[in-house]
Amino acid sequence: MSWIEDIISPQTRKWEEFYRNRFQHDRIVRSTHGVNCTGGCSWQIHVKDGIVVWETQQIDYPLLESTIPPYEPRGCQRGISFSWYLYSPLRIKYPLIRGALIDAWRKAKKQEPDPVKAWANLQSDTEQRKKYQNARGKGGFRRVTWDEVLELIAAANIHTAKKYGPDRVIGFSPIPAMSMLSYAAGARFLQLFGGVNLSFYDWYCDLPTAFPEIWGEQTDVCESADWYNAKMIADMGACLNMTRTPDCHFFAESRHNGTKTVVFSPDFSQVCKFADQWVPVHAGSDGAFWMAVTHIILKEWHHQKQTPYFLDYTKQYTDSAFLVKLEKDGDKLVPGQLVRANEMLEFSSIENGDWKFLSLDSKTNKLVVPKGAMGHRWEKKGGNWNMKLENEIDNQPYDPYLTLLKNNDEVLQVTFTEFGLDLHRQRGVPVRYLQTASGKVPVTTVYDLIMAQYGVDRGLQGDYPKDYTDKDAAYTPAWQEIFTGIDSKTVIQFAQEWANTANLTNGKCMIIVGAGINHWYHANLMYRAGIMALMLTGCVGRNGGGMNHYVGQEKLAPVDSWSAITFGKDWQSAARLQQAPLWHYINTCQYRYDGQFSKYNTVPKNKWTKQHTADTIYQSVRMGWMPFYPQFNQNTLELSKEAQQNGARTDDEIKNYVVEKLKAKKLHYAVGDPDSEENHPKVWFIWRGNAIMGSMKGHEYALKHYLGTHSNRIAKDSPDHTEEVKWHDIAPEGKMDLVVDLNFRMDSSALYSDIVLPAASWYEKADLNSTDLHSFIHPLSAAIAPVWEAKTDWDIFKLIAKHTSEIAKQHLKEPQKDIVCSPLSHDSAGEITQRHVKDWYKGECEPIPGKTMHSIAVVDRDYTKLYDKFITLGDRIKTSGLGAHGNNYTCDDVYDEIMASNHFPKEKLNGTVYPSLKEDRDAANVLLKLSTLTNGKLTVRAYREAEKKTGLVLTDIGEGYEQVGITYGDLQAQPRRYNSSPLWSGLMQDGRAYSAYTYNVERLVPWRTLTGRQHFYLDHELYIAYGEHLPTYKPSPKPEAYGDLKETLQLEQAKVLNCLTPHGKWHIHSTYMENLRMLTLSRGCEPCWINEKDAADLGIKDNDWVEVYNDHGVYCTRACVSSRIPPGVCIVYHVPERTTGIPKSQVRGNKRGGGHNSFTRIHLKPNYLTGGYGQFSYHFNYWGPIAPNRDTHVIVKKMEKLVW
Amino acid sequence: MSMVFHLDKCIGCHTCSIACKNIWTDRKGAEYMWWNNVETKPGTGYPTKWEDQEIYKGGWEKKDRDISLKGAGKLRGLMNIFHNPNLPVIDDYYEPFTYKYLDLIESPAMNDQPTARPVSLITGKPIDIKAGPNWDDDLSGTPDYARQDPNLKNLTPAEQEAMFQLERMAFYYLPRICNHCLNPACVASCPSGAIYKRGEDGIVLINQNVCRAWRMCVTACPYKKSYYNWHTGKSEKCILCYPRIEAGYAPACMHSCVGRIRYLGVVLYDADEIHEVASCDEASLVNRQLNMILDPFDERVIESAKKNGIADSTIKAAQYSPTYKFVKEWGLALPLHPEFRTLPMLFYVPPLLPVMASLREVNNQAQAEKMNPTAKYWNDNWLYDTSTEELWGTIDQARFPLKYLASLFSAGDENKVKHILKKLLAVRIHRRNVTVGDMDKAKVDQVMKDTNLTSEEAEAIYYLTSLAKFDDRFVIPASHREQSMEMLEFTGDTKGSVGFGLKSDPLRSA
Repeated sequence: MSWIEDIISPQTRKWEEFYRNRFQHDRIVRSTHGVNCTGGCSWQIHVKDGIVVWETQQIDYPLLESTIPPYEPRGCQRGISFSWYLYSPLRIKYPLIRGALIDAWRKAKKQEPDPVKAWANLQSDTEQRKKYQNARGKGGFRRVTWDEVLELIAAANIHTAKKYGPDRVIGFSPIPAMSMLSYAAGARFLQLFGGVNLSFYDWYCDLPTAFPEIWGEQTDVCESADWYNAKMIADMGACLNMTRTPDCHFFAESRHNGTKTVVFSPDFSQVCKFADQWVPVHAGSDGAFWMAVTHIILKEWHHQKQTPYFLDYTKQYTDSAFLVKLEKDGDKLVPGQLVRANEMLEFSSIENGDWKFLSLDSKTNKLVVPKGAMGHRWEKKGGNWNMKLENEIDNQPYDPYLTLLKNNDEVLQVTFTEFGLDLHRQRGVPVRYLQTASGKVPVTTVYDLIMAQYGVDRGLQGDYPKDYTDKDAAYTPAWQEIFTGIDSKTVIQFAQEWANTANLTNGKCMIIVGAGINHWYHANLMYRAGIMALMLTGCVGRNGGGMNHYVGQEKLAPVDSWSAITFGKDWQSAARLQQAPLWHYINTCQYRYDGQFSKYNTVPKNKWTKQHTADTIYQSVRMGWMPFYPQFNQNTLELSKEAQQNGARTDDEIKNYVVEKLKAKKLHYAVGDPDSEENHPKVWFIWRGNAIMGSMKGHEYALKHYLGTHSNRIAKDSPDHTEEVKWHDIAPEGKMDLVVDLNFRMDSSALYSDIVLPAASWYEKADLNSTDLHSFIHPLSAAIAPVWEAKTDWDIFKLIAKHTSEIAKQHLKEPQKDIVCSPLSHDSAGEITQRHVKDWYKGECEPIPGKTMHSIAVVDRDYTKLYDKFITLGDRIKTSGLGAHGNNYTCDDVYDEIMASNHFPKEKLNGTVYPSLKEDRDAANVLLKLSTLTNGKLTVRAYREAEKKTGLVLTDIGEGYEQVGITYGDLQAQPRRYNSSPLWSGLMQDGRAYSAYTYNVERLVPWRTLTGRQHFYLDHELYIAYGEHLPTYKPSPKPEAYGDLKETLQLEQAKVLNCLTPHGKWHIHSTYMENLRMLTLSRGCEPCWINEKDAADLGIKDNDWVEVYNDHGVYCTRACVSSRIPPGVCIVYHVPERTTGIPKSQVRGNKRGGGHNSFTRIHLKPNYLTGGYGQFSYHFNYWGPIAPNRDTHVIVKKMEKLVW
Repeated sequence: MSMVFHLDKCIGCHTCSIACKNIWTDRKGAEYMWWNNVETKPGTGYPTKWEDQEIYKGGWEKKDRDISLKGAGKLRGLMNIFHNPNLPVIDDYYEPFTYKYLDLIESPAMNDQPTARPVSLITGKPIDIKAGPNWDDDLSGTPDYARQDPNLKNLTPAEQEAMFQLERMAFYYLPRICNHCLNPACVASCPSGAIYKRGEDGIVLINQNVCRAWRMCVTACPYKKSYYNWHTGKSEKCILCYPRIEAGYAPACMHSCVGRIRYLGVVLYDADEIHEVASCDEASLVNRQLNMILDPFDERVIESAKKNGIADSTIKAAQYSPTYKFVKEWGLALPLHPEFRTLPMLFYVPPLLPVMASLREVNNQAQAEKMNPTAKYWNDNWLYDTSTEELWGTIDQARFPLKYLASLFSAGDENKVKHILKKLLAVRIHRRNVTVGDMDKAKVDQVMKDTNLTSEEAEAIYYLTSLAKFDDRFVIPASHREQSMEMLEFTGDTKGSVGFGLKSDPLRSA
């Protein structure tokens, strides 16, 4: 035996220091990437010679349970490319402003030195205004000083507040969790100012509306480690490799632990390589597959086998045992609303009786009022809001009938609608008759309705499927074939393995779902179809189970203290938080191009389905369902003065004045006439996001109507005009006076903004980061100081506040009273106000703020004190406490601790001392100190509060956390896992992986829904009107109906493709997209992927230049021909930047092509507009229409001529 | 030092590639170099079609009982000093590019939006991008790339076509770094003697002082993992991050591997056998290479190692080596293209693939007419069925012909690959049985028996595949740098002077 030896002399090997020298570095700092990504990865930032040279992942995550793989290393190809940006030629080093604007501004200032007057003059000079608006996006940036640009911004702010009202100053920044303080900076400024924050989660179409529908929850999912606990995983519409890159290993590893994996994806996406079975359902048809799966589960595992685990779970944790009225609809009998407790004489005087429901006890055969309903949640006394199977009336246990199959008075034929094949069915439903206050009514259980809806033949008379091979009856395996293209045999195998696994493991079947499903028009129905299969097999609220939706980094773990700081709740009570999709739909004028939604949304015919979406929005605003800012056609600061001049002395009298004026129709809602000049948004702040391109569905409409610059759309106004919303024949262009973007790179939004402020990158500031994919909080840290003239977002908004305060001393020096309207809010008593839909505006009821209409608050503003308030923590939280999701706790003692502690700096204002928020790091420490997630004392306190409401023992969950007190410095040293908290629904003690709703299932804390249970049945009057009260299948609208190509197809006939825009491999949204690393490893652009056969038909070869277009606009790129793309579909991964390598479009007049949102336009689903009704109540980023984009169709054409 | 890449776990994220690029090849002349790259299979890779030695003449070829370099022996190389016809040219890699990003910030006011045009990093002129280091990623350009994969040549046209149809379509990833071979063709080819394999850890390096730009190594390496730096005029290649290994860190590509697919460890082998093994029949190449690897627990091996000056810490590392387990103990990993005869020290666990499907012809017209009038209808005439009798189906039902995988990992021996895949599946069945219990007991026993798998071994494989922590995956032997330094100077002096600039002697007058 011999061993290799050094045959080279040591002297010769001295050259090896060549590479050693390169590797040597001076400092490693922990940071992460504040990008809209669920990764939330901890990184080692390497500094050498004072320069950031590279990054590698941290590998010091605390371990979870020993049966789960570790989290290390987290981080992906995009994150590891970030250091490229720091010194790249795209970096914004100095404040930049468009030449046309700065010239006009300097000229105006010369004529009028007062900046506010100068700005007013400039805005009234139509020609000058048009000139700089038209220059937007077209080069001509100039470097200016911070002082000059801040003066301009402050002048615009004050001018707008003074002339139109502060609610014309708008801000957009997405997904706070990724860098919560940077988000907070702008939001805190805006809210103290009286401005508006636009929502993002719904706007990105990432909000899974089925979550609030079923669980009353925005989104709550397991951390990725819990995937490993699943024994069967169905992945649909989530390419884990691409979008959960650092988590994907759990999926791969679980397979080696005996987990079965099935991937649903129309294309062979990357995650399909990990599939045991790849199921290429037609794009957007997943719902049909799941309806069939549930049909099998209900028929075999529920009805035939009576599987005890499934039945017991369904009975206790869902609304299935609650009673529903059957009502006449013409000559048909149809399901109506849930029976309310106060409809029965015997319970008529019960507190909140409209919001308590009924079941039938199988032991006594009597009606019971199950505890845990929303009516119990808002009882004065508290203690009944729990899911024990107990009757409120006598506190006795009961066992409800799940079905009345064997215990009915009669079997009635009820009509069910099938939207897929457009049929109605009469099916027998077992009923009992109740003698209600309004007479004898037939009622049944939700469970019986579900059985009938899914076509399970239980021997009751009616029109049921023959068997699984019945093609014409929803929802059989054979029925789904026409929609999905998948053979029945695959469905049947799947359903059996699913139910069998769930039964053997007590619920360890999981769905991982993503944008591939949620971005469809009928997303909620597809989700619901899958969730039904989960609930019916007892897989929700179990480790290894659940509906795990990962789209958008929505989980800002310490949301309690964060939201107080962010929305200025430490100083004032009301905030202006705008639902973005409906706002952009109205304000970008996209509503004008839309027409009636019933043309593409499959709905029954009735008065609710005949409306224009814009009219429904208008109605929803005045009824307090949805917010809309600007509020009125009148300046709210002036309105309060007018009220006072007319005798109003108190805030209540001011409110009354406003209500009376609205009622008299002398004060108008801005949303009722959005195209009128005084109702336009005026000043727009964008930070941390790509608002104009990346997320702007209907981008080209925004270019035209917001910015007033060139656009490539050719769509025309729809002939279906609005009825209530005032129609103007000529649409306004260039609504925005000023667009300010904070950025570290020249992205598409920066390119189109008037002002670009150099923002510090994620290696140059202190901030905090959390995600739903893991249970740690990460810091962002400054490895180096902000480069060149860059500043942190915190510092920039602090400066804007300072300059705005200064200018206010001249122009708004008196304290002001602002009038703030807010919708009826979920997780407040406002959610039990509108049992029936009644419009006060039409005289159907009286306008009562907070009940039949939105609430109205009077907020004191002192514009000269904006800065002072910005940099200090107000003491309002000492009295109002903190909380989120309806959980509240007091924190006055902790506030005092902060005041007494030398670890927290203070500020003195007019002789009073407050905790300082001046520096980002200080704000981070205050936030951590006040959150139940990071301060154990508050954790226990919050559980104690939850005990009062529920009457359950819960404080034991907080035991062991008492000593936890995490600081920013701790986080920099090592990732820390946060505490279990009643704010969230997972239990995490002893390294247990976070899984949503384990708190509800194991501790019997109700979901925040009408019944307190998971909802199979959604009984809002609008849901019934739209045909979505029962789980159902609505097919994707066909292109002719959706209206993307009306004009285009008149110009030429061509093959139409469904254009999908999944999240891409080489970027996180648009970030990293133009990063040279990513462009090098991809194809130097974001290509249009197309099937081999479609490409051949269109005469397109791989890497040819192509145009992808429709009525809305055009994107110019190269073709990527691939066998993994199904025919009829093309893919442009979300998000290209229109800044990098985009040639001019030949189909649209030789103008620069846009991006993927150039061929989208918003279509809203009106049932999400509901409000004041349980979980169907507004909350910021929680409820409201989402802005889908997957149903988009385009033409792809080879570009014959390439022009740069 | 040896490596195992578990392809079943590879995500295809390329984080490894960038970790490497950021540290080592982010500079002039090195832009196009990807010491670590990730390829999609089927595909032609980077540089394109590198596997096709008819084109590139890399590696060794067997002649009679001996082997010689196929393309660029020292002698043959010297005879062609000025012309090496087998060298890949820049277009076989790609022309590195950037963009005129500054135009976005500095463009004057104009009547249309500025855009940053792509420009060549070599010429600085506008470029029409036609290739990249990962151009055929995820079946990009299937007709021009995946369908031209050199490994398809042993498949019938029908088998090839099937690989790109819905029923059998799939792909997986193949991350590649220098194999740090036992019989490196690059070392043998270098006329300057600049390339050597380090004694202490087997890392193959190109001495940047000695390299004379012959580029014979570029030709000789059949994996095309030696690159010519056109700026410095030296060739460079993966250094297995020796500065990191010496400091006890895993190489950057392995540290950053988010799929956790990479393993690094010491294996002991008998260097005397290298030449003979490399020259053996193709059919026995893999077995012979594996046989060379010695049992680190064998007393005789330990004794011999000590005698040869192998440090105790290295022997201990060999005993904990994860690669030893995968490669030798469990027989789950194979070298890539063993037929190139360089005896790679990087081994791959082949991937499991989704079960194949079948298409049934149907006529949907009648049914389509019943659909809701606003419904989108996908007009196709087939139904896709991927159901299986049992939970997972069998290895024979997997998507690609075994022949394809065998062409990559076992010089065409399908049984070798099949055995490994069956064993991986057996571990899954075992764990399913433990955690769910819905498998037929007799069947589980049979599967275990068929693959010679005990439940103890199955648990060990499971642990290292799924649960392994950082320190389980990377067992890095102590570098004992003090000993290397001692050969040059008093180590105490080194401690005080290391890092102070260049250590070459001052220039003297002639």
